[in-house]
Amino acid sequence: MIPLGYLIAKAFDVEGTALVENLFRWRNAKLFLNTLLLTVGVLIVDILLATPAAWLTTHADLRGKRVFSVLCALPLAIPGYVMALALLGLGGNNGIFAALFGKSLPRLSGYWGALIALSFYTSPYLFLNLRTALLGLDPSLEESARSLGYRQWGVFIRVVLPQLRPAFYAAGLLICLHVLGDFGVVSLMRYETFSYALYIEYNMAFNHNYAAWLALVLLAFTGCLLYLETRLLSKVALHRAGHGTSRHRTLIPLREWKSIGYLYLSLLFITTVMIPAATVFIWMFREFEVSALGGLLEALIGSVSVAVPSAVGCAVLAVPFTYVGVRYSSRFSNTLARIPYIVYAIPPLAFALSIIFFIGSRGTIIVLICACILHFLAEAIGPVRSPLYQASPHLEEAARSLGCSPFQAFFRTLFPLLTRGMLIATALVFLATMKELPLTFLLRPPEYETLAVNVWDYTNEAMFAQAAPYAFVILLFSALFVRILIRKEEV
Amino acid sequence: MFKKRPILFNYFLFALLSFVLIGTLHAETITLYSGRSKSLVDPIIQQFEKETGIEVKVSYANTTQLAAKLLTEGRKSPASLFWAQDAGALGAVSAEKLFEKLPKSILNKVPKTFRHDDGYWIATSGRARVLAYSPERVKMEALPESVFDLTQPKWRGKVGWAPLNASFQAFVTAMRAQVGEERAEKWLRDMKANGAKAYPKNTPIIEALAAGEIDLGLPNHYYLFRFKKRDSKYPVEQTFFKAKDVGNIVNVAGIGLLKSSDNKKTALKLVEFLLSTKAQQYFVSEVFEYPVTEGVIPNANLLPLEELLKIVPKFDLNEMDDLEGTIKLLRRAGIM
Repeated sequence: MIPLGYLIAKAFDVEGTALVENLFRWRNAKLFLNTLLLTVGVLIVDILLATPAAWLTTHADLRGKRVFSVLCALPLAIPGYVMALALLGLGGNNGIFAALFGKSLPRLSGYWGALIALSFYTSPYLFLNLRTALLGLDPSLEESARSLGYRQWGVFIRVVLPQLRPAFYAAGLLICLHVLGDFGVVSLMRYETFSYALYIEYNMAFNHNYAAWLALVLLAFTGCLLYLETRLLSKVALHRAGHGTSRHRTLIPLREWKSIGYLYLSLLFITTVMIPAATVFIWMFREFEVSALGGLLEALIGSVSVAVPSAVGCAVLAVPFTYVGVRYSSRFSNTLARIPYIVYAIPPLAFALSIIFFIGSRGTIIVLICACILHFLAEAIGPVRSPLYQASPHLEEAARSLGCSPFQAFFRTLFPLLTRGMLIATALVFLATMKELPLTFLLRPPEYETLAVNVWDYTNEAMFAQAAPYAFVILLFSALFVRILIRKEEV
Repeated sequence: MFKKRPILFNYFLFALLSFVLIGTLHAETITLYSGRSKSLVDPIIQQFEKETGIEVKVSYANTTQLAAKLLTEGRKSPASLFWAQDAGALGAVSAEKLFEKLPKSILNKVPKTFRHDDGYWIATSGRARVLAYSPERVKMEALPESVFDLTQPKWRGKVGWAPLNASFQAFVTAMRAQVGEERAEKWLRDMKANGAKAYPKNTPIIEALAAGEIDLGLPNHYYLFRFKKRDSKYPVEQTFFKAKDVGNIVNVAGIGLLKSSDNKKTALKLVEFLLSTKAQQYFVSEVFEYPVTEGVIPNANLLPLEELLKIVPKFDLNEMDDLEGTIKLLRRAGIM
């Protein structure tokens, strides 16, 4: 609420005529249209990329599903601008492709460049959300559908997909907000979106009053999306109606399609993770310097000491928010449950400045962690919400009737069902915090270093060889952390 | 469990005491907001700490973000010094009267070109604007002589610039001061009409030149050296426009002492150090920047300061801090 008040206070501090001149420009309308086109494009590509991957790693009888799950989540650990730089570095006369094969690829740019880079690195949001939902599905519904004569495809489209709606919406919202806020990728690809206008206001002008207006436009748009989402979810009930608990799922044999399944997952990994990772590798070995490794450990400790508490904090805090939204659905609770998305949509720079404005800037790590938790809470909502939709309210009712207090009932019956979602939520927020920049820049105490800050600092000065080890450690460490969480999840 | 507690408590006390001790040994600390990258300036700050025993706590971030942070914090800022990448940000902080006047003894260390008349901040090093080109596609003799020639039809769609970059904007500020608003606006409009490609900053311009996306670009002078250091055959070269052309403007990084500082004397020691021959030599040799004081051995890749001063246009730092006017102009011209 405080940042919102800050924005509004700033917004009312402007002259009317100048405002109209700056806000209602033809150019802003064009930027907005560009943003919409890009958002829709990214959503479509993400659905096409992530849905098969999520299904293959949960319901099909492939081997190494956990490894593939980690790999599919990894693009999230790659900062957007690094993804863009890697894709840009492939093409052109001096590109990596030309160096390897002697023939230059056309260089990506504009709409398609932005679309590809953004889809690659936002696809894990959808993948992880879908994965949680798919793992929690009750197989008996699918079995009944099959017994009624539907084929596998029919079952997927008519029975499985509709049950994934909460996951699709949650991930879709995050992806939309990401595309709306992204400047790193679109500026490198030279595709102008609404974030250009915001970037200019926040990074060129020192008076942020117009910036506040633009941010409010963005928030209004987010509000519309949230309203739409609430309406779409208002009558959804996805839990079992029958008695007992759901059975263990038998995996669907792919038979002759198996190799295609492996091929698909491998190709996805190669394009979304290997390309950027290989680029970083090449940066490192074109000009390797041992001295560049000096600050690595300090930066790693810095990153982890914020990312872990933030991730855990978000996963825990997401439970009450989703719980009231799902169980006690009313206009008020639905609004309350969606506040995290509004916070998420506030430009991080404005968010950080409002914190500085209210509590001063003797920055401590605690302040930074709190800011990260508030900002990233939205990312934790989706994975926690899916299992809540799948859990029957009768569970708690039964526990209450056996004499449990409401809290006991919650912790004994529902909480165990939520752990899978909470682990995935932790993974999502961890990956996001590991590469966080604007909040860290403004709120960190002096001398506090993170991996992401170093990657940004060195690439910004065109010292790619020095940036590479930091980017690598982000990637490795993220993979490790997600691997641990995914192992825990299936026990 | 109960027996262990007192021991733990003792450890805790010991740790606390040692912190206090270390704290008193390092009594002299200054907080610096640095808009200059850690990768560029950390070595020289460490050198300063080693020589003086003064501890410098640095908050690194983007120059504009730090300026915004300072404006939000006002007089309560924990910072003593603000070291910025460009004059525009210093101008904005100075306009809010957050800077203390610098003493004459410090101001007199640099030539008049490199200081503000008010004396609220001082330049620490210079970065020239240059013309970068692809030697494969443009011959030396075909290069444009002036930045105003870039609007000719033969360069249609072949020029890269970075209108969102602070260095570019400083160049536009200089252009406004030299040729007037109207001519500057016409140049911007003509450039846009001529299909100039907008990159987010300097490095992507150089990469786009190498990739064959553009033939000419308008970056700062020192980025190319980093590419050349890695790969001496990197297919991009750079040069100046003809002498005194506004395209050859030199931007400065500069530093100012904040009123909020609680130990101004100590803070000034860092300012003095940055203007010392040792620090200036570091900027020239390691960061490939131009010095602001005399007596520095020139970098073989760079022009000596006197030579540079011959080809740069006449410019006045007093006029360089009007970033707001430049942004208005860029808006009007439809560039952003």
